[in-house]
Amino acid sequence: MNDFLLIRKNLFRKKLRAILMIVSILVAFAIFGVLAAFERAFNAGEEVSEADRLVVVNKINFTQPLPIAYFNRVAAVEGVRQVTFANWFGGYYQDPKNFTVVMAVEPESYLKLISTEYAFTPEMTEAFVRNRTGALVGEQLAAKWGWKVGDRIPISSSIFSQKNGSTAWDVTIVGIFGKNKPQADTTLMLIQYAYFDETRSFGKDTIGWLVLKTASPALNDQVAKSIDGMFANSPYETATDTEKAFNKAFVAQLGNIALIVQLVVGAAFVTILMIVGNTMVMAIRERTREIAVLKTLGFSGGRVLRLVLGETLLLALIGGTAGLLLAWLATRAMSQSLGNFIPGLSLSPGIVAAAIGFMVLLGLATGLVPALNAFRLRIADGMGRG
Amino acid sequence: MSDLPLVRLAGVSKGFVKGKDAITIFDKLDLAIPAGDFVAVMGPSGSGKSTLLNLLGGIDRPDTGEVQVAGSRIDALSEGELSAWRAAHIGFVFQFYNLMPMLTAAQNVELPLLLTRLGKADRRRHVETALTIVNLADRAKHYPREMSGGQQQRVAIARAIVSDPELLLCDEPTGDLDRTSADEILGMLKALNRDLGKTIVMVTHDPAAARYARRTLHLDKGHFEEKELAA
Ligand SMILES: Nc1ncnc2c1ncn2[C@@H]1O[C@H](COP(=O)(O)OP(=O)(O)O)[C@@H](O)[C@H]1O
Ligand SMILES: [Mg+2]
Repeated sequence: MNDFLLIRKNLFRKKLRAILMIVSILVAFAIFGVLAAFERAFNAGEEVSEADRLVVVNKINFTQPLPIAYFNRVAAVEGVRQVTFANWFGGYYQDPKNFTVVMAVEPESYLKLISTEYAFTPEMTEAFVRNRTGALVGEQLAAKWGWKVGDRIPISSSIFSQKNGSTAWDVTIVGIFGKNKPQADTTLMLIQYAYFDETRSFGKDTIGWLVLKTASPALNDQVAKSIDGMFANSPYETATDTEKAFNKAFVAQLGNIALIVQLVVGAAFVTILMIVGNTMVMAIRERTREIAVLKTLGFSGGRVLRLVLGETLLLALIGGTAGLLLAWLATRAMSQSLGNFIPGLSLSPGIVAAAIGFMVLLGLATGLVPALNAFRLRIADGMGRG
Repeated sequence: MSDLPLVRLAGVSKGFVKGKDAITIFDKLDLAIPAGDFVAVMGPSGSGKSTLLNLLGGIDRPDTGEVQVAGSRIDALSEGELSAWRAAHIGFVFQFYNLMPMLTAAQNVELPLLLTRLGKADRRRHVETALTIVNLADRAKHYPREMSGGQQQRVAIARAIVSDPELLLCDEPTGDLDRTSADEILGMLKALNRDLGKTIVMVTHDPAAARYARRTLHLDKGHFEEKELAA
């Protein structure tokens, strides 16, 4: 026998009570794990965004178009070093369920601008520029469907249609690209804007947004002001912001996930803190006489305090680990069905580390009061008189 | 039985404050118990018998006076020192056995050894010896709820002697037992005193129990009256 066995036996002396506490902790940690995985996946775009990149969108909202003429006008603004544009395609492959990120872009300028996160070879860049119906595909997306260079595939849009009524565009894969940054996601496809714009049935000569690089991040504010000022009072007013802020706004559109995570997880934790904390106070109070006996035998106050804290820590670790395991299974299942919409949905080491930290905090917080009560208990009081 | 006192109280006073009243239990009490003695303490309820055991076991402190047990002035020790001192020198036996319900007999007996430096194998040997002394070697794996009151009290005695303390303090150890079980327990205490030289101070209400001791102290109104029995 050792202290750990003593702790374990104490925890499970009332099986039902222990199991109920474990289940409530499990639920809280499962919620935490899943929501934290979602939050991380949604914020991944923010992590990869570059500080010196600005995004110009329609002031009304980023789903509204801008005239293509803005491309040249923005390029002429002082402080702008590179500029490109893209149009959201709303793509899917074969079935609307197979949502796919497809962007219609101006080849040369776009590849140059995003070459910090993606690895384009000169050959694929050249092939993409030269081939009007060519498409560049990220490694992960190509691997998903088994696409190879030279494959000709139809890619459909849930927003646009061709003049001939078809909603599918035939493209030829001219290159498969990797990434330069570990966080970058390669489940996307790039097609030529010129091909897309000429064939679509509406929205001609408009673009989704502009992306630009300034000469230095210090110029960002000034450049953003002059761009938005230039288009003020026009039918297409703009809002220019850093890519980071843009991605944040994108996330905000999906609901303020970080806040929801914090509120839900916070509520779950406060609840179990109260339930488990209160249950442990009562459990230890029931054992007052036993604690007095331990002290009589020579167990010091500190030793008894450690036994009680050990019990609540063990409880939190068992429940928390089980909850994390459940969250892992859940995110794995969800990333299989939602992986296209939300790439990178997984329990990262950071989430696991945070969860373990919370388990320790929870264990200490729920054990604090009963442990101090046990520590302070005077033998004569604990034994009762007789 | 040696003449060296194992327990010595000198001028011990002790009282309690109950609400507005201050009650005095002992007023300048002196007492000497030689090593190897077996003393029964009798007296009316509320006369301070348990308080006396608490003072001897370092569970409570005198208001004034000296308490010397097994060579230490325990009234001068800190809480932490007292814990360690109790673990090394004192074995307690209570009226209601006070075993841990979730531990087996052997694990209950092993508890005090968790406070020693003994390794696993040594601990097991000590536990076996202690359970054999109280005739319960075959019950090592049983839980308290699977045992009679008398058997539980024997486990408690094994727990009290497993770390080989000099002094056993027993507070009405047979108060909750039938005559047969009580006699068994008392015979066991007597054997521990006679054969293993344990010094025992036993509080009891039962004159028949007191007859197992070498002498009886009557505690009344804070003072002792001694009746020596022919050993
Ligand atoms: N911790 C305490 N606080 C207040 N009064 C106490 C305390 N312990 C004992 N007493 C009182 O001291 C007296 C002696 O108690 P005790 O030693 O338990 O008597 P006995 O064991 O002889 O029945 C009783 O009146 C009891 O109520
Ligand atoms: Mg008493």
